[in-house]
Amino acid sequence: MLKLSISKELEGSEGKIDLQVELHIEQGSFLAITGHSGSGKSTLLRIIAGLEDAEGSIVVDKQQWLDGTKKLPVQKRSIGFVFQDYALFENMTVKEHLLFVQKDEKLAQELLSIMELEGLASRYPKNLSGGQKQRVAIARALMRKPKLLLLDEPLSALDPEMRNKLQDEILHLHKRFGTTTIMVSHDPQEIEKLASTVYKLHKGKLQKV
Amino acid sequence: MSFEPFILSFKLASLTTLILFCLALPLAWYLSQTRSLAKPFLETLTALPIVLPPSVLGFYLLWALSPDAMIGSFFEEYFGIKLVFTFSGLVVASCFYSLPFMVQPLQNGFESLNKHMIEASYIAGKTPLQTLLFVALPNMKPALLTALIITFAHTVGEFGVVLMVGGSIPGETKVASVAIYEMVETMEYGTAHIYSAIMLALSFVVLLSVYFFNAMQKRRRF
Repeated sequence: MLKLSISKELEGSEGKIDLQVELHIEQGSFLAITGHSGSGKSTLLRIIAGLEDAEGSIVVDKQQWLDGTKKLPVQKRSIGFVFQDYALFENMTVKEHLLFVQKDEKLAQELLSIMELEGLASRYPKNLSGGQKQRVAIARALMRKPKLLLLDEPLSALDPEMRNKLQDEILHLHKRFGTTTIMVSHDPQEIEKLASTVYKLHKGKLQKV
Repeated sequence: MSFEPFILSFKLASLTTLILFCLALPLAWYLSQTRSLAKPFLETLTALPIVLPPSVLGFYLLWALSPDAMIGSFFEEYFGIKLVFTFSGLVVASCFYSLPFMVQPLQNGFESLNKHMIEASYIAGKTPLQTLLFVALPNMKPALLTALIITFAHTVGEFGVVLMVGGSIPGETKVASVAIYEMVETMEYGTAHIYSAIMLALSFVVLLSVYFFNAMQKRRRF
């Protein structure tokens, strides 16, 4: 489903890192990437999303997302992205977030219901808790029915109880939509629970765990 | 007592604010997003009207807008507009004079937005223009208001540049600040007092409204 072979030079926490990654992902799988902070995990996700430049090739379902240094624009890639800091639109209510992505009332309603956000549909982000905010961010990421869902340490800012609950919901969503997912995470228990394949990014190379 | 100079001042400030908003928006957005080496040069050019004496700016504008110079002859030839000692010329001059007061608050506003929020909009498939209109601008209302009001107020308050480029033609280029200067010159202190008091009161109310609105916005956020 996704074939990736990229390289990029990074300024890591321990000097320069030569990021050299080869990756092949099957349709519908749930992949976790772990590694020290500053090892380039987030950068790898951002390269896949098209938010950072890199050299190499990324092919998703026969569509070329990266060819040498030529990038397909972010807007044209079928992705959902969940940031650690939620990155919600402060000027929009929960429901407006979903409809902003796609005017699909039915899908919005379904996602609100799965994420237990129906009662909060007309609230603004400033009136939501951390866990609620991240639910909105996950629902927003799925509104485009993306081929690829990218989660960048999505639950690391939440308390253990909320993490546990959201892990269950992510698992449920993955079963319901079958979206191929790549998650960056530090938490071994979380990786164990969600991922079918685990990689560790070490000194710029991916190693299967 | 005629209020014509006030009406002229507000007409000039409204037009300048409107035109500058359209011109400064893409520039401020570009400056906030770019990592290019051109950025410091563009920022310097934008900030120059703050530090230059109005007479220097006025002199260069007078020179550039005159019918013998490039900008002046272009406007005269293609639009039939004279830019020296006319109201149109004042609008062009004011756009240069007030440029930093529009660009800088907008640029600061854009730079203070969460970068991930803008990226989330791109990932949602939205173009930069859609992102600007529906995500960026609605989330920086204080910066937006500051840019609009300060540009307006600063244009109402300009004196040196308008005097040099516009002179003092009643009903055409004689704005409130120039009128007050002339009243003092001709020792009409009574009218000068009334005019100045009106300017002082208006400026106070305008600035107070900006700071009040921004204080309320901050309170609502936390």
